[in-house]
Amino acid sequence: MKLFVNGKEIEVPAAAMEKRIVEFLREDLDLTGAKNACDIGACGACTILVNDEPSRICIKLVKDFAGQRILTIEGMAAPDGTLHPLQQAFVDCGAIQCGYCTPGMVLTAHAFLLKHPRPTRGEIRAAIFKNLCRCTGYQQIIDAVEQAAPHYQNRK
Amino acid sequence: MSKPEAKCWRNDAHAKVTGRAKFTDDLKFVNVLHAAPAYSGLVHARILSIDTGAAEKVPGVVRVLTAKDVPGVNRFGQIIRDMRIFADDKIRYDGDVVAMVIAETREIAIQAALLVRTNAEPLPAVLDPEAAMLPEAPLVHENHGSNIVNTHVVRRGDVAEGFKQADFILEEKFQTQTIEHAYMETEAAICVPRSTDGVIEVYGSMQHPFSTRRFVAACLGVTLAEIEVIGTPMGGGFGGKDDTAAIVCARTALAAKLLGRPVKLVYRREWSMRESYKRHPYRVHYKMGVTNAGRITAVQCRIVADGGAYCSVTPWVTWRSTVQCCGPYVVEHVQCDTFGVYTNNVVAGAMRGFGSPQMNFVIEQMVEVAAQRAGLSGIEFRRRNLVRQGSVTITGQKLDGHTVAMEQVLNAVLKEIDYETKLKRCAHGRGETDELYGIGLAMSYRGVSLGAEGVDFCAAIINAQADGSILLETGIHENGQGSDSAMSLICAAELGVDLNRIRYRRASTSNIPDSGTTVASRGTIMGGGAVTLAARELKAKIAAAFCKQLGCAADEVRFKDDFIWGRADGARIAFGDAMRQMWQLQQFPFTFATFRAPRVSWDEHTGQGDAYFTWVYGCQAVELTVNKKTGKVKLLNAVAAHDVGRAVNPEMVRGQIYGGMAMSAGYALHEEVKATAGKMTTLNLNTYRIPRSTDVPKMKVILVENPDPVSPTGAKSIGEPANELLAPAIANAIFHATGRRHCSLPIRLGALPEPTACAEGCQ
Ligand code: FES
Ligand code: FES
Repeated sequence: MKLFVNGKEIEVPAAAMEKRIVEFLREDLDLTGAKNACDIGACGACTILVNDEPSRICIKLVKDFAGQRILTIEGMAAPDGTLHPLQQAFVDCGAIQCGYCTPGMVLTAHAFLLKHPRPTRGEIRAAIFKNLCRCTGYQQIIDAVEQAAPHYQNRK
Repeated sequence: MSKPEAKCWRNDAHAKVTGRAKFTDDLKFVNVLHAAPAYSGLVHARILSIDTGAAEKVPGVVRVLTAKDVPGVNRFGQIIRDMRIFADDKIRYDGDVVAMVIAETREIAIQAALLVRTNAEPLPAVLDPEAAMLPEAPLVHENHGSNIVNTHVVRRGDVAEGFKQADFILEEKFQTQTIEHAYMETEAAICVPRSTDGVIEVYGSMQHPFSTRRFVAACLGVTLAEIEVIGTPMGGGFGGKDDTAAIVCARTALAAKLLGRPVKLVYRREWSMRESYKRHPYRVHYKMGVTNAGRITAVQCRIVADGGAYCSVTPWVTWRSTVQCCGPYVVEHVQCDTFGVYTNNVVAGAMRGFGSPQMNFVIEQMVEVAAQRAGLSGIEFRRRNLVRQGSVTITGQKLDGHTVAMEQVLNAVLKEIDYETKLKRCAHGRGETDELYGIGLAMSYRGVSLGAEGVDFCAAIINAQADGSILLETGIHENGQGSDSAMSLICAAELGVDLNRIRYRRASTSNIPDSGTTVASRGTIMGGGAVTLAARELKAKIAAAFCKQLGCAADEVRFKDDFIWGRADGARIAFGDAMRQMWQLQQFPFTFATFRAPRVSWDEHTGQGDAYFTWVYGCQAVELTVNKKTGKVKLLNAVAAHDVGRAVNPEMVRGQIYGGMAMSAGYALHEEVKATAGKMTTLNLNTYRIPRSTDVPKMKVILVENPDPVSPTGAKSIGEPANELLAPAIANAIFHATGRRHCSLPIRLGALPEPTACAEGCQ
């Protein structure tokens, strides 16, 4: 079975098929950006994108993702390390404190902006409501998503 | 690193936004063993034996540890040594750990831990703090002789006389709930025995590397030098990763030491919720004497804080509540009696706010009730009583060493949110539509840093390199709040150099002297103070080395724009060149400095003294609606003004305030740790509900800057003041919306009854 992770094709050994995908990514592929903070699908810290849709991977298995296109936080920046405009906006707006929610938050916002490149602040607020952040009060996260939105308007 | 000219600068933002930042659970070592704790399922019981046999037989289990395996001290505590690495004599609460299983995989450890059996004789549990204080109550700690952990008092003036002067007396009882820090990263540790010299390296999610090292060394029976606690990015703390997080490190280190292999212990959310200490639930009986002219003449209050099964920092938390029991108001006659109490409930300890969120919920409602009785607006009533420049606090401290900004922050909030106009629009239980509008406000002052709570000093090291780069280090721990970045900014500004020269050294307890703990919002003032002093010392060294070359006296040398300057004629040396020359001359641009907090004083018997060396002032207001039919509260808009002394990294300071406000909204409306017969039922983030993006209002922060003379940088603190005001502001706004007061937290509203005549008291 194959997975497509951050643009790379990954051959999954049969033994790993029943593993939880959060563990497979974190342990086998060393993609530790996705965090396991609740283990029951309640917080969003483990969010990755599967075919551009947010998915909470603490409650899913590797085999659930056969042949799917996966984007983790490690795949957001350009290969030369340049931050994606959304990541840059998180940095510039002070949207990062402890950073534990950040990978899931960035990916959730990315999926949202791909579909809604001209959101209101209220729509942004609603879009991230499943991702918990204990540090920021969400204000600067919303600022960051708003600031990055124009970059999505000029795509394709 | 991002550019310093960006709106907000953090040295770790890039790593965190790309997923490269390695938190404890992300670290990898080879040949790692995994650990899992075992609980007893009991709440209060005398331990007869702990049966680990079944767990030991599980294939893959390497060892099961209990109290018998602790070579050093099994008991520890910052104030009273009553906590255990592993439960030994008794089970005192649901979260007591009786054993720890170490296995080849985490799954095996978790499964085997369920097989550990505790044979114990059940004892009656004491779950009500008032009942726990009665003489016939079962004792949680027999050798303590009573369930009262500590008492504090304030005795000022003569309350009987004060009540005589009053035209009316208000009396009310309040109750606050237990809440959880809910840091997104749970407790975690990886401990690695160093093959070269046997030192145990500890990587962990804890906020006090030095106290962790003390506990770990004591538990293992080794010296401090044999333990190295290494700073690791932490996914939130909020005061909650002190003693219980340190035990997690101690147990893991013990396993690593005994087994000679790296051991990893990452807490499941359920373990974290069950075991970690919480914010104290309070019961407060408050009596206030007031004149018709709107002066508070006397306050009498009795505070009972449920400290749960162990002491932790209950005496310190309750001390702050005692010192600040009248809020930012001048009161001549005060009698306060505070009790910290042992029960068999979950342990309570430090949480952001540290004893003030509970009291502010009480005080800021009491002043509004009093205002209404006196026929004044809540604002006018506050103005008639608040502390001003030169006022004397209820503990006899004269506020004259810094700018007393109480009225300044109040005015800033009133103006920004247009309070007086909006107050007139409040529904008071009557409205055309189902949504009842209300606005409310609360304010406080807060003693900065530890005060008479503990030793207060901090060290910093600046080590400039031969190429002009700079290594900076302080004893303050990065808890996710951005303190490393603030320290770097302070250092760059003081030295007049480009921020990119500076790298903040990865903190290690083996590098720098024990600088106490990063609590009580002391990071910026203490760490920043030490950095400033070290930078000044470095400048003095550099000036002495180059003043001749620059053609001026040493005290005329200036540092700015990455150059070292002589007098006005433009003689200058590039900072990098200067460092190279110093290196060649074997003069080391290395300085070590400590900043000591100014002295404070306290008399435990009268509760009088200069409790804190300086104070901060804050005010927050909120607008909301309450749905008449469902009781659902919608927060619309909130404004905060805080005097922070000086904002070193303004956008980051704002971030701290937004976060504090959100947390306080959760305290007001949603959060509550629940238990049935002492067993916790809110064990994960589905049942313990922290605020979501859709729960928090739009927020605006006003930073008021009155640099503090006792702080070398002028900065004071913000972490905690931000977290102690929105809950009472919400309570006041709900009153203005519905006409009903709520004296217990969280505020739960059902469908509202038809409005009666003007409600004024609490119900
Ligand atoms: S860790 Fe997956 S949703 Fe919380
Ligand atoms: S930044 Fe800490 S949880 Fe979001």
